[in-house]
Amino acid sequence: MTTQEWKFTAKDIAEKPDLFLAGHRACAGCGPATVFRMIMKATRGPTIVTEATGCMEVVSSIYPYTSWAVPWLHTAFETSASNASGIEAALKIMKKKGRLNHEHVDVIAFAGDGGTYDIGIQALSGAVERGHDFLFVLYDNEAYMNTGIQRSGGTPHGAATTTSPAGKSIPGKLEYKKPIADIMVAHNMPYVATASPYYWKDLMTKVRKGLEVEGPAFLHVFAPCPRGWRSDPAKSMEYSKLAVESCVFPVWESVNGHCQLSIPSKLISLAPQKKRPVDEYLKGQGRFRHIFKPQNKKLLVDVQRMTDARWECLLRKCGETPKTA
Amino acid sequence: MTHHNKNWKEIAPAGVCSKSSIGFLTGDWKTYTPVRDPEKCTRCVLCVIFCPDGAIKWHPEKNDIEFDYNFCKGCGICANQCPTNAITMRLEQESK
Ligand SMILES: Cc1ncc(C[n+]2csc(CCOP(=O)(O)OP(=O)(O)O)c2C)c(N)n1
Ligand code: SF4
Ligand code: SF4
Ligand code: SF4
Ligand SMILES: [Mg+2]
Repeated sequence: MTTQEWKFTAKDIAEKPDLFLAGHRACAGCGPATVFRMIMKATRGPTIVTEATGCMEVVSSIYPYTSWAVPWLHTAFETSASNASGIEAALKIMKKKGRLNHEHVDVIAFAGDGGTYDIGIQALSGAVERGHDFLFVLYDNEAYMNTGIQRSGGTPHGAATTTSPAGKSIPGKLEYKKPIADIMVAHNMPYVATASPYYWKDLMTKVRKGLEVEGPAFLHVFAPCPRGWRSDPAKSMEYSKLAVESCVFPVWESVNGHCQLSIPSKLISLAPQKKRPVDEYLKGQGRFRHIFKPQNKKLLVDVQRMTDARWECLLRKCGETPKTA
Repeated sequence: MTHHNKNWKEIAPAGVCSKSSIGFLTGDWKTYTPVRDPEKCTRCVLCVIFCPDGAIKWHPEKNDIEFDYNFCKGCGICANQCPTNAITMRLEQESK
């Protein structure tokens, strides 16, 4: 079955009612909250959502209130993907028995970086290997925010968290961010993409593609957290733009293993002079404040070096030839 | 002993949140209030899309946006992203 490409304007999206409702208790300027609103506006419906514990689960389900206008199931920290597997299997059997009145039901599993890179990866890997038809959304705020900003496998190199504090012993997190989307591509799954909410149209198109594809889809979404990043709440969308422009978080998709850059990153590959230095992205974020101290000069150089190396590796994967500015 | 353990059909299936969070107002969290200049506003609706709290509504029939201060937490994202700088953040007292 081929599906027609979903075309929409800003006003179409603005007019669509929210399925992730106001009255949730995320901090002011919460990037994941914007991301959730956008994702839910891109669903076809009917939709069932399941979500691992973490900030967005907590803020949207404080008893007796719910911010979900669709069926939603909270699950343990590690089991977002296993829950989605069960839901999808149940839908399949109901359809077989003639007990489902819908042609298709979208199943979405949400988890944070802790719930994906770390404790959730086994359930995710298994669900993808079994081929369940669902969309897994990783909203990446780059630490365990809900429990007080502990580092995760998704926390970037050099970032200060409560378990990787910048001080005399270490200059923030010593390890590098785990390439989670590449790990998912290595599962030979039908659809993997990365997205950043400043590029809302790109993000929403990818949500729809991930839902339409048969089999598992994985979407890695950049989601600034002003509380944990010690950044200005007004700048959450600005950082989601700068992360893409500095190639710290490039946007791309892999369809059946065929990898290509999405427009915002493609434009930078075509005009490398538009690629911003990483310090333009890092500055203003309290978690990186120490990087600008003279004694940490090497760290800043290293962050730039690693960003460039990963960008060039991505360019090669996408069949682009790296050009220098 | 005649103790009876409830079977799985008898116990509550799970905790259920029965009320919509629309009934929980978050508007009093804010320090600064977004105020829009309708002259400068082009009705591009970007602020409606970017607001984390769904606190800006688009009314196609009026061809206009409307702030819902009952939910707005005063983050300033709308003001920061507005392409025409139509939104200013004001201290609550000033905006009244
Ligand atoms: C097995 C288990 N260990 C620890 C916790 C406590 N816990 C709840 S949420 C959370 C962190 C979630 O981090 P992440 O997935 O990144 O989501 P965020 O809060 O950052 O949005 C932790 C450690 C738990 N609920 N279950
Ligand atoms: S701590 Fe961060 S992710 Fe959690 S609700 Fe606050 S801003 Fe959002
Ligand atoms: S972003 Fe600015 S110009 Fe666009 S609708 Fe909002 S206030 Fe008006
Ligand atoms: S200040 Fe923040 S919460 Fe209030 S309307 Fe603007 S974007 Fe929404
Ligand atoms: Mg997190």
